[in-house]
Amino acid sequence: MTTVAARPPAQKAARRKRTSSGGGIGRYILIRFTLIFPTIFILVSMVFWLMRATGDPITAALGGRLGPEQLAERIQAAGYDRPILVQYFEYLGNIFTGNFGTTISTNKPVTEVLLTYGVATAELVFYSLIVAFIVGIPLGLVAAYWRDKAPDAFLRIFAILCYATPVFFSALLFKLVFSVWLKVLPVAGRASTGSELQMQFLPGKTGIYTIDALQTGDPQILLDVVSHAVLPALALGLLTAGVFLRLVRTNVIGTLGADYVDSGRSRGVSEYRLVTKHAYRPALIPIITVIGLQIALLLSGAVLTETVFEWKGLGFELAQFLTARDFVAVQGIVALLAVIVALSNFVVDIIAALIDPRVRY
Amino acid sequence: MTGSGMTDTEMIATSTATGSNKHGLWSRLPVVHQLRQSVGLQRGMLVVGLVITGIFILTAILAPLVSPFGYSQLRDASGAFGAQKPPGGSHLLGTTVGGYDVLSRVIWGAQTALIVIVIAVILSIFAGVMLGLVSGYFGGWLDRVFVVVFDAVYAFPSLLLAIVMSIVISGGRSNLIGGVLAAAISITTVFIPQYFRVIRAETVRIKAEAYVESARVLGASNARIMFRHVLRNATRTLPLIFTLNASEAILTLAGLGFLGFGIEPSAAAEWGYDLNKAVSDVSSGIWWTALFPGLAIVLAVLGMTLVGESLNDLADPRLRGRRSVAKASGLVAETSVVPGGILKDEFEVPQ
Repeated sequence: MTTVAARPPAQKAARRKRTSSGGGIGRYILIRFTLIFPTIFILVSMVFWLMRATGDPITAALGGRLGPEQLAERIQAAGYDRPILVQYFEYLGNIFTGNFGTTISTNKPVTEVLLTYGVATAELVFYSLIVAFIVGIPLGLVAAYWRDKAPDAFLRIFAILCYATPVFFSALLFKLVFSVWLKVLPVAGRASTGSELQMQFLPGKTGIYTIDALQTGDPQILLDVVSHAVLPALALGLLTAGVFLRLVRTNVIGTLGADYVDSGRSRGVSEYRLVTKHAYRPALIPIITVIGLQIALLLSGAVLTETVFEWKGLGFELAQFLTARDFVAVQGIVALLAVIVALSNFVVDIIAALIDPRVRY
Repeated sequence: MTGSGMTDTEMIATSTATGSNKHGLWSRLPVVHQLRQSVGLQRGMLVVGLVITGIFILTAILAPLVSPFGYSQLRDASGAFGAQKPPGGSHLLGTTVGGYDVLSRVIWGAQTALIVIVIAVILSIFAGVMLGLVSGYFGGWLDRVFVVVFDAVYAFPSLLLAIVMSIVISGGRSNLIGGVLAAAISITTVFIPQYFRVIRAETVRIKAEAYVESARVLGASNARIMFRHVLRNATRTLPLIFTLNASEAILTLAGLGFLGFGIEPSAAAEWGYDLNKAVSDVSSGIWWTALFPGLAIVLAVLGMTLVGESLNDLADPRLRGRRSVAKASGLVAETSVVPGGILKDEFEVPQ
């Protein structure tokens, strides 16, 4: 957060720099890229030390079920009896090579779990972002244009309701209304068993059901897959839509008051065009920045949404592993999500810098 | 961008206003001031928010009086309540799958939520403010380390962080009143970076003010400057973040409860836990066990968000109701914090 007193000179400097050297995007990307490593390192270390503060994962997972000798044997086999620092460095080294350990409850490499279920979560997050864009941005424009009028009042309350409602509650309500009462959409899962079986043996199987369904060439399967995705995407997407709506509204109100909009109006540009082109485009920049922050929120939300709809993604698996007290798996999933968040923030920052030269330094 | 907060002249203007007692203490109190400042729709939103929040707090405090049954009560004089009874009769909102009275659990849930919010927000204000103040005031390598660490924590999905913390604190099993503490501390960890950021930024700004230098020249100690001169001027945005965080605390608590990290039903009533138990009910068309705890969360969050958003908009001259701009110019807070962590820096009007 910059202080405002420091802003005008900084902006001037940025402008001067842009006219003289023409940006320096390469340098910006480099600096921003090197900043990823400390972030990932801090998060991954934090997860390790916090999770290990409770003791070794074997005792946590199997404590009640095995005798003390068997327990000690398993602990030794997994290397949890060595000094914690040794384990820590081994863990860091393993993560560097993409090895997140082996789950205790299912005895699978965490990386495999991450790859299998990560695509499902990515698919869900992608759909939700589409919902958020379709709902949030046009409504934000409407609210900004009719500022302080009835549509604005209504939409602001809608936006607040969107993020005041816990995502699992809206998910439950959607499920109740559309799946149980109206019976128009499936209750849970990513596809019906029949479709899943057909997609299972595809040669080019991606795990992204929409793509797999397209590959089968059967419209029935595609419809089945899409209908399963509607409610989870809606529940998760509305959460973000509220944030987008608010953000578009705030920023478009700002740009609508700018001189160039007035000058456009005086030249006879239509009001519709003023809002959807002149005021809207520059207002998009902050949205791109915020998407980066939304990724974290979406991942938290995905954990909850997946649990409600039994959408077999990372979040659903995480909840399962939490119940099984399989902390190796939990640690792996959480560490991976941390890496994803850091990377997506990086990408978003680069996109923002490409669009808006003032962001670069 | 206007609204850098108080410059020297504004400080003087404010102090003269106080000196001549132009505004009484009452109208200068955080929320009351904004209430007087607001107009039209904004005032409406603020008032509705305050009313809902008031009802929530009253319900929480008066839970033992207004609740028909205890939160863990399974039977009364006429026998066991029975499971999944539809609303009506002696159970206005029905009973849960575990045989608890839904209405009573909703009311007692308000108390749990309030306790957790209060503990979490107090702890995070205390820790975040102290760290931000020290980090911003002394600067140096410590400051840089703190900034990098808290930025990393800030970017992390908050629910996951809360899950990890609750595993650390209670081993993922919260069956006693300690569960409340575990939830509160988990939420605290999520919020510390926010307070840290805001207070640090303010401290760095205020540190450069002339009155801080004067104090140093006069021989004031670091501690005195920090607490007397810097802290008192750095806390303007706290009520705003406080309200927004309180609503986020409810959501995080409910999320934890929903994932099974909540508080056992025999220890306290918790909305997220009840919703978790209601997932299977919904599939069989039983709506009352999910609807009412969910609505309680929505209302509590809605009330506090309305207050927070109104304060946020009132603090921003571009969003404040147009008629009131002239009336209160000069008292402009800089930070704009909304759920999703949108900070003012992202809000820029191209020149």
